[in-house]
Amino acid sequence: MRFAAGMPDRATGDAPPTIDITTRREVDDATLAAPPAPTSSALVPIRPADERAPDFDDRAIRRGDVDAWGRSERVREVARMLYDPIYRHYFRAEWEGLEHIPETGGALLVANHAGAIPPDAPVIMHGIEKELHRPVYGLAEYLFRALPVIGTLWARAGGVPAHPDNAYRLLHDDEQLALVFPEGEKGTGKLYRDRYKLNRFGRAGFVEIAMRSGVPVVPIAVVGAEESMPILFKNRLLAKLVNIPYVPITANHLVFGPLLGTALYFPAKFKLRVLPPVHFGVPPDQERYSRSRVMEEADRIRGHLQTALYDMLRSRRSVWFG
Amino acid sequence: MRVLVTGLGTFWGSHLAQELEQRDDVEVVVGLDTREPRLPLERTEFVRADSSYSILHRIVQATKVDTILHTHLIVDSTTLSGRAMHEINVIGTMNMLAAAGAAGSAVRKVVVKSSTLVYGANYKDPYYFREDMQRTRAPRTRVERSLMEVASFVRDFAEDNPHVIVTKLRFPNVLGDRLETPFSRALRMAVVPEISGFDPRLQFAHEDDVTGALVYATTHDVPGVYNVVGDGTLPWSEVCAIVGKRRVAMPPVFTALAAEPLRMLRVLEMPPEMLSLLRYGRAVDNQRFKKAGYHYKYSTAGAVDAFARSLRLERTVGEKDPTYRYERDVETFFRHSSAVVREAE
Repeated sequence: MRFAAGMPDRATGDAPPTIDITTRREVDDATLAAPPAPTSSALVPIRPADERAPDFDDRAIRRGDVDAWGRSERVREVARMLYDPIYRHYFRAEWEGLEHIPETGGALLVANHAGAIPPDAPVIMHGIEKELHRPVYGLAEYLFRALPVIGTLWARAGGVPAHPDNAYRLLHDDEQLALVFPEGEKGTGKLYRDRYKLNRFGRAGFVEIAMRSGVPVVPIAVVGAEESMPILFKNRLLAKLVNIPYVPITANHLVFGPLLGTALYFPAKFKLRVLPPVHFGVPPDQERYSRSRVMEEADRIRGHLQTALYDMLRSRRSVWFG
Repeated sequence: MRVLVTGLGTFWGSHLAQELEQRDDVEVVVGLDTREPRLPLERTEFVRADSSYSILHRIVQATKVDTILHTHLIVDSTTLSGRAMHEINVIGTMNMLAAAGAAGSAVRKVVVKSSTLVYGANYKDPYYFREDMQRTRAPRTRVERSLMEVASFVRDFAEDNPHVIVTKLRFPNVLGDRLETPFSRALRMAVVPEISGFDPRLQFAHEDDVTGALVYATTHDVPGVYNVVGDGTLPWSEVCAIVGKRRVAMPPVFTALAAEPLRMLRVLEMPPEMLSLLRYGRAVDNQRFKKAGYHYKYSTAGAVDAFARSLRLERTVGEKDPTYRYERDVETFFRHSSAVVREAE
């Protein structure tokens, strides 16, 4: 099945949802019969930060809504409001297989990473929050936390440093959705000619964390991010000088100029496909997991993602119109 | 139970001694410090020592104490010079442990009050430190280095003396109506400093939870290291909002340089460990001490709220308790003079 970018408001029914009738009729029926989804400004339900030990009721004291992870639903709501037009009209994101993302319980979302300044993370987080009304925490580079203003906004918008213990707490203790890009900066820093070729999945730490937390891994294949900000050249010397992973010259720089080109994406059509969740069938909370098993699982997930990407590219007629 | 409290002249030492005096199962409380006790004490015996506690050995032998409460560690580096702090924290702890482990010592329990400063504050940190986690950057400040050194002494001592129950409690920044810390001083000012662009997650313990946890560790057998702090974390901006203070931003670069004039003008001294906390924040996992059976009285938000309430009262009525001054002759008279009628004996 396929969701149109920004599910149309079924209550008012001003636009019919685009549905691929050739696939899985029964799921479509179930979704259409579901109660009308709240509008985009509706609050995403969030469990109290520490539900295991509700010893104290701090609600009367609290002045803000920043949770245990630094995420603020209010900031998120503003971000959703500002980002929604970009999501709907600029990238025109389109999902398939959203039913693979569990509605309750923790799950580790794993996606391919691309674009000099990756646009895939906000698209995935925004999409899932809008369609499923579940918060998504984006695990990312520590570097964000060291930056003033950006680091704070990033955390309020749902960013969490990708420390294994943070991921474990999010998935196991708080049963949330966490998004991770196992390729890391190798994915975003790759040149345009290497587009849609998945890099090594780090040291497969994400599989081990999912095993330890006892949650499934849900792979998401993203098409479109590569073309929204393609890297033409990289300057290694400059990157070393300013101590960041890479300093790219993007096609956007050539088209929009050095300043605007750093912030403005090309309007590539985004298509996202959620693959069936991968359950590992191992007991959680083990001291350690078999290294070979972990690597094997990571390789398998990488293979699934790569196959899905090639499949999606095969059926893509246009970079801009999908 | 015969208890020796080190650092009787500190805030914690005095309050703990006061707390322990009330208990019937505590026979003797001996307090040791370079300074006089801060609170009126009923039956605690005060012994004046030098800062490195070289006489501790004799006291332990003579009084046959079975429990040592080591509250003397300095965690606020603004109060003392680096050298004096080293003397107290490192040499003092060394002497304390040597006395506790010496032949003929009756000590069966050692409780150490330490600080979450040992975890540091860095952008690579996990959001919640568990007791077995290591800090992500080598300690740079003197107080952190000395506390790390103390931690390794205590660990070795626990290993070498399996018959002694060694408990180490790590406390975060503490707020309370009577205690002074760099954070409470900052929150008492008209405007409160923040580092521009940063809004770190912080935790605060209430002073009652600190004494409560120390008494709990003294009266129960809970060997090991524990983080002690109420549930939850708060962004610094929200802490200031609860206390009702406006924030003034300090530059995110050269912050220490910008803080220097404040120190020189005696407006507010912000030690380097406080500046890194205001930048990256820190939170610890408090589950282990909960599982050991301790019930917290305050959450982090509750501790901040209690502090805000006491500030409001203070603004209206000023200092509520008169300052106590220790007078040796008076204390000796009440304790040892035959003229005083003692009911129990």
